[in-house]
Amino acid sequence: MRRDIVTSIIGIIVFTILLGLVYPLAITGISQVAFSGNANGQQIHVRGKLVGSKLIGQNFGTPVLEKNGKAKEEKGAVVTEVDPRYFQSRPSATEGGSYNAAASTFSNHGPNSVKTEEANAENIKAYQELNVNPATKREYDPGLTASKIPVDAVNSSASGLDPEISPANAWIQAYRVASVRRLSLARVDALIAKYTSSRALGFSGEEGVNVLELNLALDRISAGGV
Amino acid sequence: MTAAGWLTIILFAVILTALAFPLGSYMAAVYSGRHVILTPIFAVPERLLYKLLRVDPKREQDWKAYAKSLIIFSLAGWLLLYVILRTQNAPWVPHVLNPLGYHSAPWNVTFNTASSFMTNTNWQFYSGETTMSYFSQMLGLTVQNWLSAGIGIVVAVALVRGIIGRGGTSLGNFWQDLVRTILYLLTPLSVIAALVLVSQGVIANLSTYLTVHTVTGLTQTIAMGPVASQEAIKMLGTNGGGFFNTNSAHPFENPTQFTNFFEMLLVLLIPAALVFMYGRMTGNRRQGYAIYGAMMVMFLGAVCVAYVAEAHGSPAQHAAGLHTGVIHGSTGGNMEGKEQRFGIAGSALFDVITTVTSCGAVNSAIESFTGIGGAVPFANLSASEVIFGGVGTGLYSILLYVLLAVFIGGLMVGRTPEWLGKKIEAREIKLAGLGILITPLAALFCTALASASSAGRKSISEVATSATLGTHTPQAFSETFYAYLSQANNNGSAFAGYTGFIQPNAGNLGAHGITFANLLGGFDMIFARYAPILFALAVAGALAGKRVTPAGLGTMRTDNPTFVVLLIGVIILVGALTFFPALLLGPIVQGLTGHLY
Repeated sequence: MRRDIVTSIIGIIVFTILLGLVYPLAITGISQVAFSGNANGQQIHVRGKLVGSKLIGQNFGTPVLEKNGKAKEEKGAVVTEVDPRYFQSRPSATEGGSYNAAASTFSNHGPNSVKTEEANAENIKAYQELNVNPATKREYDPGLTASKIPVDAVNSSASGLDPEISPANAWIQAYRVASVRRLSLARVDALIAKYTSSRALGFSGEEGVNVLELNLALDRISAGGV
Repeated sequence: MTAAGWLTIILFAVILTALAFPLGSYMAAVYSGRHVILTPIFAVPERLLYKLLRVDPKREQDWKAYAKSLIIFSLAGWLLLYVILRTQNAPWVPHVLNPLGYHSAPWNVTFNTASSFMTNTNWQFYSGETTMSYFSQMLGLTVQNWLSAGIGIVVAVALVRGIIGRGGTSLGNFWQDLVRTILYLLTPLSVIAALVLVSQGVIANLSTYLTVHTVTGLTQTIAMGPVASQEAIKMLGTNGGGFFNTNSAHPFENPTQFTNFFEMLLVLLIPAALVFMYGRMTGNRRQGYAIYGAMMVMFLGAVCVAYVAEAHGSPAQHAAGLHTGVIHGSTGGNMEGKEQRFGIAGSALFDVITTVTSCGAVNSAIESFTGIGGAVPFANLSASEVIFGGVGTGLYSILLYVLLAVFIGGLMVGRTPEWLGKKIEAREIKLAGLGILITPLAALFCTALASASSAGRKSISEVATSATLGTHTPQAFSETFYAYLSQANNNGSAFAGYTGFIQPNAGNLGAHGITFANLLGGFDMIFARYAPILFALAVAGALAGKRVTPAGLGTMRTDNPTFVVLLIGVIILVGALTFFPALLLGPIVQGLTGHLY
């Protein structure tokens, strides 16, 4: 008994040092040297300013301003409206505003819940409204009907930080973005293809379009770059 | 459903088997004390550790001594973990390990968390990035990720030694087994896995959280941390406690299509290898193949059901008018609470893998799974973690079932049941029976208590829109039932709506825990972890001393397909009989109805 207690106390201290300090610091140290970009979250800088991480999705909406010029807030989160120039990310259920990367959260909507149905219906409606040009009242993508809306555009992601959308979702939004930015649809579709990740080993997972990279590439073109 | 989806499932099973087979041989050599390829590297550190711990590895332990060492060491681990978690903002903690100055979570949440990580459960009432400092994640949680995995494995090894014992009472030496598990098995695998993960995009740093000025002029704060090291052992040790709240759905824990597949392999690698190890150590590899076959059949069955159900979509989606079929550029299905890069197949497979084992990591929201898709993790948990199961726990649990199946088979043919040449008698059957029934007992008792008390209902998040229904819906019952079933099985996955921690701000200021849920869950985990361990070790002790009689013509074989069928039958029968009434009230009702509430 006494022997076990002594060994246990020494053991837990020794293992805490080895496994809780040496091991994580060694892995972190090696990673910082060998894979420093990855280890620090694949940060993307534009003109020296940090604009995001390749792996973390963003809310591509602009803040709604109050009459006094300040950003409007509800429940501590900035209220945003969709910026039609940008591809929009998937719905996100994080608290404190969508795409809150300091507190990832599931929506936890149940499969038979009225709330889930309402959220879905609302997202379908918003997606269809976004497809309508407010000036001309014409649809950007003339072929879009409710049954053609991809599920990922309506269902919220697991992490609330999904950096990707499905190719189908991107192709639909391409009509709007091309029109607003006065680019050819073919050019936007080519960019989509460029920023689409493929299945690993040819079978694992699904293709996804990285929304942040795609939007940054569009901004570079609009700014007169290539 | 897509061809790529089915291919993922099939190739996963093939690759897993190809990797687990050689690892099983390696582990058999390690635990038999033979020279292995890593002996030249680890022999010196191994001796050094024995000296430091004042252990004589040659001292043989009977089951009681083995259990005593195990319990006392677990207790020491629990105490230190509790202290670490409660002092994460103490003045002696260096700033770099708590860059955001987080306070500690309240005592009740800490009680639950410490119990959770000690028992390999990794149930989390807290959310990692808003609760835990790097100090707690590394020195507290990561350490228990290793040790609880190690303890599970050594119990399985001790039981196998008991089964193959040729007289005498020795089961080996707990300390030697633990040190060898950590050095020869977990260290090389964790280091390789962690570096592979970083090379694919999992983060590993000690930075403070990033502040980003987004493309459209918003501010985004991005949580950081030493994730890769914890991620590797979290999966390998079937722990499953996420660094971040959304666990393996978070892009920093599971960034790509490849890492998803890789992490799934990590989870099942050791549980599968242990089965092959068992075959090797008994001297009849077919014994291992039979168990592996039974596990694989049940596993693939569960995956198929989950995949088909999730690809079909949910009643809520259909009611909203959403089309859930495959279209060009989107694979459809129930994408609520799922990530684009994993898709339906990658989410369904991951979910089954982490609920048949005690892993409990999630890459999608189980609460948002369809009724039938969500019934699959329920069924997996109801089978008490014997379909591969947790590291070690899976093997020792299914061996208890094998004992039961041999007994039932023996009764059916009217002979004294024998297993690997040893007569099975009343004592072993009583112990095995208790070991098997303890987990359902804990799960159902706690569920009943929590469902029937107002204190327990406080934790339910899924409140129906109609006031009369309130928390009296199938989903609300599912949340509660899943919480205590998951904790009893030391799984740790959740219908995440079930809450025990109210946290208004990141960093735990003003936060409070729901004492009822935290304490009940904590005791649920401890009881359902250590009672079966004690029964398994007692069975090992009872078997170790038995003499072996050579197999005769009338001996029932335990290495052929007939026995595989019998074993599956016994597992399903026990699981179904104990849990079916409760399952009916929750997920099955939901799966059978398109009704929204």
